[in-house]
Amino acid sequence: MRNLLKIAVRNLFRYKRRTLLTASLIAIGVVFVLLFVAVTGSFKSMMIGQITDSMLGHLQVHRRGYLASIENLPLNMNLKLQAYQKVEGILTNQPEVEAVSPRIKFGGIFSTFVETTSIRLNGVYPDRELKAVPLLASRLSKGEKGPLKRGEIWIPELMSRSMKVNIGDTVVIVATNKDGSVNGKQFKVAGVLENVTGPGGRDGYIHIEDAVEVLRMEEMEISEISVHLKDFNKVIAFTDRLEGLLSKEVSKQGSSIYEVHSWEKLSPFYNIARMIDIMTFFIRIMLIAIVLISIMNVMIMAVYERIREIGTIAAIGTLPGKILSMFMVEGFCLGLVGAVAGTILGLIIMVVINHSGMTFNFGRQILALSASIDPMEVLMISGIVIVISVIASLQPALKASRMEPIKALRHV
Amino acid sequence: MGLVVAENITKIYSVVAAKVSKDYKVGEIAIRALNEVSFEIEPASFVSFVGPSGSGKTTLLNLIGCLDKPTEGKLMVAGTDVLHLDRKQSASFRGNNLGFIFQDFNLIPVLTVYENIEYPLLMVQNVPGGERKKRILTMLEAVGMGDQKDKYPDQISGGQKQRVAIARALVTNPKLVLADEPTANLDHKTAFLVLESMKRMRDEFKTTFIFSTHDQKIVGQAEVLYTLEDGELAGKQLKGGKGDA
Repeated sequence: MRNLLKIAVRNLFRYKRRTLLTASLIAIGVVFVLLFVAVTGSFKSMMIGQITDSMLGHLQVHRRGYLASIENLPLNMNLKLQAYQKVEGILTNQPEVEAVSPRIKFGGIFSTFVETTSIRLNGVYPDRELKAVPLLASRLSKGEKGPLKRGEIWIPELMSRSMKVNIGDTVVIVATNKDGSVNGKQFKVAGVLENVTGPGGRDGYIHIEDAVEVLRMEEMEISEISVHLKDFNKVIAFTDRLEGLLSKEVSKQGSSIYEVHSWEKLSPFYNIARMIDIMTFFIRIMLIAIVLISIMNVMIMAVYERIREIGTIAAIGTLPGKILSMFMVEGFCLGLVGAVAGTILGLIIMVVINHSGMTFNFGRQILALSASIDPMEVLMISGIVIVISVIASLQPALKASRMEPIKALRHV
Repeated sequence: MGLVVAENITKIYSVVAAKVSKDYKVGEIAIRALNEVSFEIEPASFVSFVGPSGSGKTTLLNLIGCLDKPTEGKLMVAGTDVLHLDRKQSASFRGNNLGFIFQDFNLIPVLTVYENIEYPLLMVQNVPGGERKKRILTMLEAVGMGDQKDKYPDQISGGQKQRVAIARALVTNPKLVLADEPTANLDHKTAFLVLESMKRMRDEFKTTFIFSTHDQKIVGQAEVLYTLEDGELAGKQLKGGKGDA
């Protein structure tokens, strides 16, 4: 093998410019793929992190059918206290679970005594909510970062601006309960929340006991249970497992009471994330095409230019398999050089990007351009390049190994 | 070695050809390049096939070298019936029994003189390191290229290249060395020196040398001379003028 490598490397050095151009082309391809994967990957992770850690939680449990009607925030589809406690009991016994936060979601009228508008509200236990969605506090653009107290409200920034409501102002929330009776309660504005893209990104927050009071609930009922796991990567597996655990709880009609949804089913961003994955897939296909065509081109040329040489080595007894290996090792070396050079260059550019502090302004949201990539991803991209290089060399190598020495020796 | 039993005398030959013919197809037309050629070549002999271009010299050398197969006839090379060898067997047979010297030297340009001689030992015969080095150095000294071993083919002269090619052909201890017009690209002085080298190698290693040429000035170096004309054997001549037609 060492000798095959030696011959392959020397043959690559024989046509320095061609080798350099091909290796550069592969390296540039690798750089683009690495940067694309790194930037889109970190953008995806950041968005997912923001959605799950500032609004949704990693997964949610509802009463069956609630999610289909969530736009109306139906109070008659809340979980009874007993049903909620059953789920909470199961969840708190799971080692994967970090935090559980029950929510009462409802729609109401927001009044400043001068103007009124509609508002979507979440009644939460502030300390539990901040554990289930730890970035919620960071969304507070105004007000104290501390937990929400009874009688206080966090309102969305858009509402604060349009209705000129500031911290410390008194507002009234009026809501209709599930029986149709209307009730109102005064709140003091304690925080203004930055808007974020996604469901719940423009909701207000009050204490859960205030929600019970406004909605005149005799016994607390829960609209949704937000769950935060210790390891985000276990969301899918845990969701499946939890569905299994909760499926045992059935109603009198025999249908299951609960439904479990991971963030993917709750956020439209999941479709964007999938589109990013599809784009990454096609970018990889482009890299494969670049490597395949460039290596094949070089190896076809190499075989054509060395026909007499192939004839000579075949005549002196080199077995066809060894001739095949010689050309495949050459393709492998070319791919390896391109992959290594591209990876090094790509990682250097990533470091530069991360240190440059480049930002993109998307209207109200400013995203810092950051690039990070899983080492396994880097290895996989390099591996793909090398494997494709060997595959691309196969056809020219087979041609070389099947050459009749007598014809090859006659070649001019 | 080929065995020929005739009149109660058993003789061993390097090559035995019996009514060997070779046809080539050019489009729909078959052209006979060799027509019922028969001869025997004894071991350690220095044999030349001569004749004008198109007389069949190269075709015959290709058949003996297992690079091609006869259309008709029988051909034994180094005791093996080469007619029935497949591609892989032919390659293996060539690697273990034959050495080749080409008109254009055909050295591998990316390998040094030393590595070119090493190539068949390493890539064909898998000779272990110590033994390989010993044999290469012996061969380098024998062809007088010991001081040029680290040079690449494009750094040495034509005569030196052919001496390296001789060393490469002999380093595997072949039973037979085939040389197709080995001096065609050399000036006369160098050509004689190369033939001298070949002869000296034959004397030293007892290898059979068969070469083709159309250069009348070096024909005299051969000890056995076969003349080919239009694909047929026109005569055999032994050194000293004794011959048959």
